[in-house]
Amino acid sequence: MTRMLAEGDEIDGFRIGARLHVGGMAVLWEATHPDHGIPLLVKVPRLAEGEDPAAIVSFEMEQMILPRLAGPHVPRFLGAGGFDRQPYLAMERVPGASLLPLVESLPLPVERIAAIGARVADALEALHRQHVVHLDVKPSNILTRPTGEAVLVDFGLSRHAQLPDLMEEEFRLPYGTAPYMAPEQIMGVRSDPRSDLFALGAMLYFFTTGERPHGEPQRLSGLKRRIWRDPHPPRKLRPDCPEWLQEIILRCLEVLPERRHPTAAQLAFDLRHPDQVPLTARARKQKQDGWAKTIQRRFHPDHQPRFGRPQRTTEEAGGAAPIVAVAVDLGGADAPLDAALRDTVGHILATVPGARLACLNVLRQNRIALDTTLDESGQNKHVQRLVELKHWAAPLGLPEGRVTYHVLEATSPAAAILDYARQNGVDHIVMGARAQSLRRRVLGSVSAEVASEAPCSVTVVRARGAAAVAEAAEAVQDA
Amino acid sequence: MRVAILSDIHANREAFEACLADAARRGAERLVILGDIVGYGAEPGWAVARTRELAEAGAIVIKGNHDEAAVADRGGMTSAAAAAAEWTRQVLDDGAKQFLDLLPMEVEEDDRLYVHAGAEHPTLWHYVRDAEDARKSLDAVRARVVFCGHTHVPKLFGLTAAAKLVTHTPLAGIPVPLTRPRRWLAVVGAVGQPRDGDPAAAYAMLDTEGNHITTIRVPYDAAAAAEKIRAAGLPEVLATRLLQGR
Repeated sequence: MTRMLAEGDEIDGFRIGARLHVGGMAVLWEATHPDHGIPLLVKVPRLAEGEDPAAIVSFEMEQMILPRLAGPHVPRFLGAGGFDRQPYLAMERVPGASLLPLVESLPLPVERIAAIGARVADALEALHRQHVVHLDVKPSNILTRPTGEAVLVDFGLSRHAQLPDLMEEEFRLPYGTAPYMAPEQIMGVRSDPRSDLFALGAMLYFFTTGERPHGEPQRLSGLKRRIWRDPHPPRKLRPDCPEWLQEIILRCLEVLPERRHPTAAQLAFDLRHPDQVPLTARARKQKQDGWAKTIQRRFHPDHQPRFGRPQRTTEEAGGAAPIVAVAVDLGGADAPLDAALRDTVGHILATVPGARLACLNVLRQNRIALDTTLDESGQNKHVQRLVELKHWAAPLGLPEGRVTYHVLEATSPAAAILDYARQNGVDHIVMGARAQSLRRRVLGSVSAEVASEAPCSVTVVRARGAAAVAEAAEAVQDA
Repeated sequence: MRVAILSDIHANREAFEACLADAARRGAERLVILGDIVGYGAEPGWAVARTRELAEAGAIVIKGNHDEAAVADRGGMTSAAAAAAEWTRQVLDDGAKQFLDLLPMEVEEDDRLYVHAGAEHPTLWHYVRDAEDARKSLDAVRARVVFCGHTHVPKLFGLTAAAKLVTHTPLAGIPVPLTRPRRWLAVVGAVGQPRDGDPAAAYAMLDTEGNHITTIRVPYDAAAAAEKIRAAGLPEVLATRLLQGR
């Protein structure tokens, strides 16, 4: 077929530099190109006689997927060559090491684990929104940009929901990396984005305890063990692991995808708000399940997990489990608007059962007092607002876990709401618009600013007939 | 070059006109019609006349089983299809029949083969429904990419480096690369009688430079086409299925 590349070669303007890495399926070369003033990477599949043909198939899969990806969470695609000449894939070389060296210094501090986890979950969310399930999430496939974003690399095992799955027919043995592979992936399901959440959970478990949740099995029978045998709870191996972190990790490691977080955005959300993670029996679990339960799971036909049913794909995941944020103006000054806002939120949550609600209130900071540390009265105010938010949401009757409460402190309410939406992957903002009033005419409308700048859908709620009422109230005040 | 590939027109004027207009708007430079210009629908005379004009302007046109049945009764059809074929034979003039009769069974162009049904034996009109059917076609010919119709359901089959056949259901408007040197078989769906649950007319746009294929869905006035089928006294099922895409 083609001869092996060597340093100094040139293909399509890419000048090949030093050989950086020889992997199981491909070789990575440093490269430069006169049109691209950034460090580059050229990836070439291993094609020698007797190599696994899956290496070629996986390379072709990556050649299909990488050019279709965009954004800071993937390396930028710069060129490719087919098998009719020299097969290669050229991309941006993201500087710095992968997360792999971290495994030398385990366990990591809890805050660090949550921060890494949230950044990786952001990257997975961005990938899933581009219709791709990675299917090989592990420390060596995650890089970090100097600006902080996690970057996912190596899409050779990935599945693009809109493209033919060349790897689909390849699995005599499941392809993936043993410690991180989700149970359904072991059973041949390649379309569920929540398989990536399992892998991230396995990584967080490893970072927390220094051990892999299901070891590093070498054979298929060992791989399948995770379908019926649960791992030691992290707190058993590391007593100072907080309950919320154990809750998150064990939820990621649930055998059935539908028991994990519905989206990577929701997982990132939990990792960023430890105090709002609803704790279940998972959080308090102290040891592995007993043998009776384990044997039942393994051998009793009614207790074995089934992965054959229709799986949630990247096409529907985001739509089925959005994060909805409602900005609530506390104080009860406008009762009709308050009721209309709650009604609207209720309708949205009723139509999308997987949605979760974040209730926001902005505590305005006095500009002058900005740099004074939060005093006791400030703290009290904050707590009081949280109580009022919960009171506001109570009529919605949402179970714990579907709703969280956040008091944002800022000088500009619109900027605070927008920042919150960007940082937390909010899909839909719901907020009220005050009726035309003098105050609004002078200060401008918060809802208009949010609606024009938001990274997602915004529903602005008005109470019918409220304008006249507001004008009348103002007239009374002015008199 | 952009090649618009249309199949299974089935004398549906509304759908055919909508697809031709759409293909022109998208900059199609070449037109391929994979057969079954007539049968089922109410305007076979118009459909043949329009196809002849296109052929004279350079379009590639292939023969389908319904085109064959419009010339002479060969049997082997379902009752509704046979009734429509009988009616079509009555309304088509000799010139139209002669045009259909002389259509080729297959045409090869560069690394592509155009055929109405399974390429392993085009005159037997085999359906290409699954990977096994696709393998028979690909094994029988040299062309790197085979395009066919006949099933009225868009599908894409790909032969991987490991000689496995993958099956893909194309999504409307999403370009899919036909990676080299792998071999592919594309079933382009039906213009005039879609059967995949979407009543919109289907055709495929091939980009030979970019080397990718896109399935295109074109909503058209199916109610008008169905009404003409009823007015012609053709079986009712042929009208209702247009509205359901089944």
